[in-house]
Amino acid sequence: MNIDLPAVEEAAKELYIRALKILPPDIKAGFTKLTESETAPTAQSVLATMVTNIQVAEDTENMLCQDTGLPIYNVTIGRNVSVDGHALMLAIRRGCERATHEHPLRSSVVHPITRKNEHSSCGAGVPVIHIDFSDADEVFDIEMIPKGSGSENNSFLKMAIPAEGVDAIKTFVIDCVLAAGGKTCPPTIIGVGVGGTSDLCVALAKRAATRPLGSVCSDAEGAKLETQLLKAVNLLGVGPQGLGGDSTAFAVHIELAATHITMNPVAVNMQCHSARRARARFSPSGVTYGF
Amino acid sequence: MAHHELTTPVSEAQMRQLRIDDTVTLQGTLYGIRDATQIHLFDRGRTTRFDLRGHAVIHTAPNVRKVEPSAAFPAGYESICVGTTTSDRMERFTRPLMAQLGVRIIIGKGGLREDSLAAFGELGGVYLAIIGGTAALESTWIEQIEDVDLDDLNPESLWKFRIRDFGPLRVAMDSYGGSLYETVRVDAQARRAQALASLGVGVGANAEKKA
Repeated sequence: MNIDLPAVEEAAKELYIRALKILPPDIKAGFTKLTESETAPTAQSVLATMVTNIQVAEDTENMLCQDTGLPIYNVTIGRNVSVDGHALMLAIRRGCERATHEHPLRSSVVHPITRKNEHSSCGAGVPVIHIDFSDADEVFDIEMIPKGSGSENNSFLKMAIPAEGVDAIKTFVIDCVLAAGGKTCPPTIIGVGVGGTSDLCVALAKRAATRPLGSVCSDAEGAKLETQLLKAVNLLGVGPQGLGGDSTAFAVHIELAATHITMNPVAVNMQCHSARRARARFSPSGVTYGF
Repeated sequence: MAHHELTTPVSEAQMRQLRIDDTVTLQGTLYGIRDATQIHLFDRGRTTRFDLRGHAVIHTAPNVRKVEPSAAFPAGYESICVGTTTSDRMERFTRPLMAQLGVRIIIGKGGLREDSLAAFGELGGVYLAIIGGTAALESTWIEQIEDVDLDDLNPESLWKFRIRDFGPLRVAMDSYGGSLYETVRVDAQARRAQALASLGVGVGANAEKKA
């Protein structure tokens, strides 16, 4: 299967706009679940407003949140797929820029020192583009994530040591949630990276935070920790928007990698309640959009 | 837990009526500000032609479409999506906003800290919590972008919105030292030990040796 680059550009544009407007069904189901279990009246009213907003966004075809985020594109290339890699990166970048101009969207991207905004949602190293490979035949996926800054500003890394054990991981997650309070727009998906190098650990945390609700860590120990940590986090009473309640997090997601005998790294990245993402799948029969 | 209908500008006396957990719906004018707006106003000595005395500001940077100025779009901007950003980053600007420019209401998400709370008490103001991430809903409360200043900072310009039935918003910090965020923070901190105990932290071999 040959990948048509103008189609990639179009998809990159379409995905950014779709992601900003339609919340994935697993996140909507997450709201239903929290609404059923929440016991605090203030938290119930906050959750109800969030659910109303999802409907208003769909009815008015408007964006869920004003924050257009930092644009992230995750590309997964299957087997027997042919594409010019460099041209692919440029096509995604053009699509991102076109979404910003043509919709139009607020460009939230600035130079980190001059703070100059090019009004294109692009800049050095942005959009963030990750390329990965799968064993699926003739499948090419682009996932788009507009990562909101309120949650992204609460990102943490600790290079714990082996003597601190798994207790260090657990304590760190709890303390990160306490430090974040209402700033991350809870209820959140708490992404935890465990192991790897420092950079891999942070990348794992981001991957975990942007995984669909209902997905489970592929490692059995990681999966066990996910359940334990969610219960513990929701004991804290931070609640939706930091105004108190049981619904501090939808889920805790863990992604892990092997690490060094002397290392015990843990990273936390959070996704806000507007946990937006969109996906385009290219196959021999055409392009389909989903989540 | 009273509900208040307020039209801006407001007086100090009106602010002193508000207590945490009251709700407020605003009418009239609302100004949009953000990080860069306040950095330029308070750190770089720039000024605005707007009179913010008694007014409400919201921590925002909207999505807009540039259009030909007309009666409907006097500032040459059509509002697309107006939402609210995390307030905490702008903590140090609350006092100058109130003391120098006369602002009385700050609308935001996630709350502000001690110095803001002290400023609300000393100068007569409140923080109204909006639900972050609900911009589609919030946008339906914005009637028009009436004017804009410091527009070289776009999208972090100083925006003047005309609003209708903006709310209900929750009084989350009042002029009597009340802060819902502080109450929740202290309460959550007190539950830390319970959360860690539920995870079995401190009950392993290491902890026993330490004891």
